[in-house]
Amino acid sequence: MLLIPCPHCGPRAEVEFRCGGEAHVVRPAEPESASDEVWRDYLFVRKSPKGVHFERWNHAHGCQRWFNVARDTVSDEILAVYRMGEAPPEVGR
Amino acid sequence: MRYSIINVLKQGLAGQKGWQAAWRDATPKPQYDVVIVGGGGHGLATAYYLAKLHGITNVAVLEKGWIGSGNTGRNTTIVRSNYLLPGNEPFYEHSLKLWEGMSRDLNFNVMFSQRGVLNLCHSDAQRDAYARRGNAMLMMGADAELLDADQVRRMVRGLDFQNPRFPITGGLLQRRGGTARHDAVAWGYARAASELGVDIIQNCEVTGFVRDDDRITAVETSRGRIAAGKVGLAVAGHSSLLAEMAGIRLPIESHVLQAFVSEGLKPWIDTVVTFGAGHFYISQSDKGGLVFGGDIDGYASYAQRGNLPVVEHVAAGAVALFPALGRVRLLRSWGGVMDMTPDGSPIIGKLPIGNLYMTGGWCYGGFKATPASGWCLAHTIANDAPHALNEAMSLERFARGRAIDERGAGPRPNLH
Repeated sequence: MLLIPCPHCGPRAEVEFRCGGEAHVVRPAEPESASDEVWRDYLFVRKSPKGVHFERWNHAHGCQRWFNVARDTVSDEILAVYRMGEAPPEVGR
Repeated sequence: MRYSIINVLKQGLAGQKGWQAAWRDATPKPQYDVVIVGGGGHGLATAYYLAKLHGITNVAVLEKGWIGSGNTGRNTTIVRSNYLLPGNEPFYEHSLKLWEGMSRDLNFNVMFSQRGVLNLCHSDAQRDAYARRGNAMLMMGADAELLDADQVRRMVRGLDFQNPRFPITGGLLQRRGGTARHDAVAWGYARAASELGVDIIQNCEVTGFVRDDDRITAVETSRGRIAAGKVGLAVAGHSSLLAEMAGIRLPIESHVLQAFVSEGLKPWIDTVVTFGAGHFYISQSDKGGLVFGGDIDGYASYAQRGNLPVVEHVAAGAVALFPALGRVRLLRSWGGVMDMTPDGSPIIGKLPIGNLYMTGGWCYGGFKATPASGWCLAHTIANDAPHALNEAMSLERFARGRAIDERGAGPRPNLH
């Protein structure tokens, strides 16, 4: 069971949260002219690192707010928690 | 040596001293026509069909541990072809047909048991959806039967028909589905491939690829550099990491899926049953243990162990469907790493590097696909073009908007 420190509510059990997948995926700036490959990368291609992963979580059964987590995908250690819109922190690199 | 009743009798009289090892534990040669990365069922099947059907025998299968040590030996062993979409169903039906002839073809008993796979439905809408899926299966040459609640009651003991929230309204039955002995599948393909001249190289981890423009010329391994004419990846769970070594980003996220075995019981359930209102599937092994599983853990992971909330969730699904399971003790559970794709369907085909091919992205369902995955990858490698059965499963489908979204869950790997 992960203990996830929600930036708004403090540490809570994993079952209160939903994982929203990779963070910092940016929608094409000019959708009209974006190629099929650009759309593919935006919609489907995801990072799958064995190590530090930056991902979005939603405190679904709590404050219902979204935030970002840097988590190690092997040890499950949570290395950093930061708010939406913030740049990913320098961790574990 | 051929396995047969005559040889069993001969060896019995000769004190069992004449049996040979089932396959050669080879040491790597400097060069192969085809190098298959991954010595699980899919990789071994690919090598076998390359040698048997396409006459390519200078083939190596590289395995970082021992063969079948990954997800091939850690799954719930369910075999079925009950898919809806035209991109999927013909492939899985071909796979089921290969399963039906596998023990004879490989001369190795894979204990394929066609005990049936029964998907339960719990509402009128779900029954309609199952009728549609069953009709699609029949149209594409598979077998399917829609059962009503009484037929389900006669077939499976212990189901909770009194559940007011999830009443059982019937089920979709595929009688030709069932289970198989997972380790035997790896051993059988290894033995048959080895007999045709394929080198099976264990404890040989791939650490990189040597590229020359648009081609892979060699594979760097923990046992040295191996030159390769063509390279096939069959490393589901770690496909994105291997592809990254070749500079390719895949639409795959690795997740952990858990499976469970109970203490051994007397024969209790003689088919495979899936819960249509939760995510739970169960069968009984020949040793008596109940083998069951449920959802993935929900977030990207390479941890080969599961989290506890999912254990509880699966147990809840189990007792909701079979209340008697509340008294059964769990013997063990384990977690395997899955390639989860954004549409829930696999990728078999060419990669954007000239001589690199892959089978992967198997999500939950790789075991049943073992023979057809190897069959199709072998065809794709030998002809440098996909077979009609795996044409829709190309990597390009994601750029062309032709996702095969069997579950209709949208582009979220953790929802499939």
